[in-house]
Amino acid sequence: MKLKGTKEINKKIKNLAKKIYRKHKKNLGDLCLIGIKRRGISIAQRLQQELKKLTNQEIPLGALDISFYRDDLQMISLSPIVRGSEINFSLQDKIVILVDDVIYTGRTVRAALSEILDYGRPKKVELLVLVDRNHRELPIQPDYVGFKFKVKKEDLIDVFLKEEDKKEGIYLQRR
Amino acid sequence: MKHLLSINDLSEKDIYKIFDYASQFEEVLKRPIPVVPSLRGKTILTLFYEPSTRTQTSFTLAGKRLSCDVINFSFSTSSILKGESLLDTVKNILKMKVDGIIVRHSVAGVPHFLAHHLEKENIFVINAGDGINEHPTQALLDAYTIYKKFKDFNNLKILIIGDIKHSRVAHSDILIFKKLGCKVFVSCPYSFLPVEFEKMDVVYLPDFREKLSDFDCVIALRVQKERHNFSYLSSIREYHLLYGIKKEDLNKMKKNALLMHPGPVNWEVELSYEVLKDERCVILDQVFNGVAIRMAIIFLLFQEKL
Repeated sequence: MKLKGTKEINKKIKNLAKKIYRKHKKNLGDLCLIGIKRRGISIAQRLQQELKKLTNQEIPLGALDISFYRDDLQMISLSPIVRGSEINFSLQDKIVILVDDVIYTGRTVRAALSEILDYGRPKKVELLVLVDRNHRELPIQPDYVGFKFKVKKEDLIDVFLKEEDKKEGIYLQRR
Repeated sequence: MKHLLSINDLSEKDIYKIFDYASQFEEVLKRPIPVVPSLRGKTILTLFYEPSTRTQTSFTLAGKRLSCDVINFSFSTSSILKGESLLDTVKNILKMKVDGIIVRHSVAGVPHFLAHHLEKENIFVINAGDGINEHPTQALLDAYTIYKKFKDFNNLKILIIGDIKHSRVAHSDILIFKKLGCKVFVSCPYSFLPVEFEKMDVVYLPDFREKLSDFDCVIALRVQKERHNFSYLSSIREYHLLYGIKKEDLNKMKKNALLMHPGPVNWEVELSYEVLKDERCVILDQVFNGVAIRMAIIFLLFQEKL
């Protein structure tokens, strides 16, 4: 079942960029975006473009592959391709906006935080997600949320983005 | 659990998968904190019955960079000196809960013997060099060093100079380069050719100098004084004159060629010290690549993805 389409997604990303700008307009120089592979990067890139329109500045963008930080070796088998992380700037004293498509259990974000701290010591890390769904297993909550859905634990929420997939939209699969 | 005992254990796809993971681990090794928590709680043992600097350190670092606990077994301080057998040593260590064993031994086949006896255990064995048989992880890092430069092995011409008969590195190198589609040439005194040379599908050059400009990669091997007496070789000085790579040889090599050596180098035997300054000499890059390659192998064996 399709929950949201391209128009709604883009509008939401625009709003999220505005929120980031309002909150951090006094320290834009410290700001950076880090997307969690794969779709977190596409969202982070769109945020970067929106922030450029608002600030005329190119906010640094990095990519995180948390495969080596999962808390269960077998879980890595779920992502057969390890693409590697790419952060070509120092995170020391930066304000990191960590971007992912969906937050569910919180384990991916926990792994991402561990990896970010291995790159350096940011001043602050804030979490932005396009979709916040319930059934968290760790006490991790996002600072910026696009859409919030209440679904059953066994339900699947899939985000498709044109940069990565052939189609675009947020879909719900009832199980 | 699979083992890595020989290059023959790996398909071409496996080799490229190891390269792919090694390149991800290279990025990890360049971070301010060059450690990932992937293998927390796992324990590996480096069981080295022969002296080693590079390989044992490289495996130890690789394990530690993956957050593994690494136990280094040293022959000189072990109960082997009291007469304990190899299998007894391993059985005792197993009781201490080890997940992987990296073994080097002067006798060919020891890693295979261990793997056979550990068949029922959930433990992998990696061959870190067995006698004059094989050294698969060295071949993988050699091939990875070449891969980073050329990105394609097809029809690359590789020359291996030295003691082909006694060199486990040469045996594994030839296997991996043939598997990846290279043309392999060897050059050495005739007494350094193995009996089974005909079956190796490589070209023998008694004198490599006239063809030096043809090669994309030249690998000089260590003269292994410990593995043979000098019945094979008239003198070290003569070897250096005929088979050593000197500064003037570099002038004949391609501009983008690589000069490699598995180490440790006998300077002024296999190589003149001057060649180390040439940017085509990538001996120290091989050492760095070795850590990334071994991280990839350990990680993938734990993942059972090889």
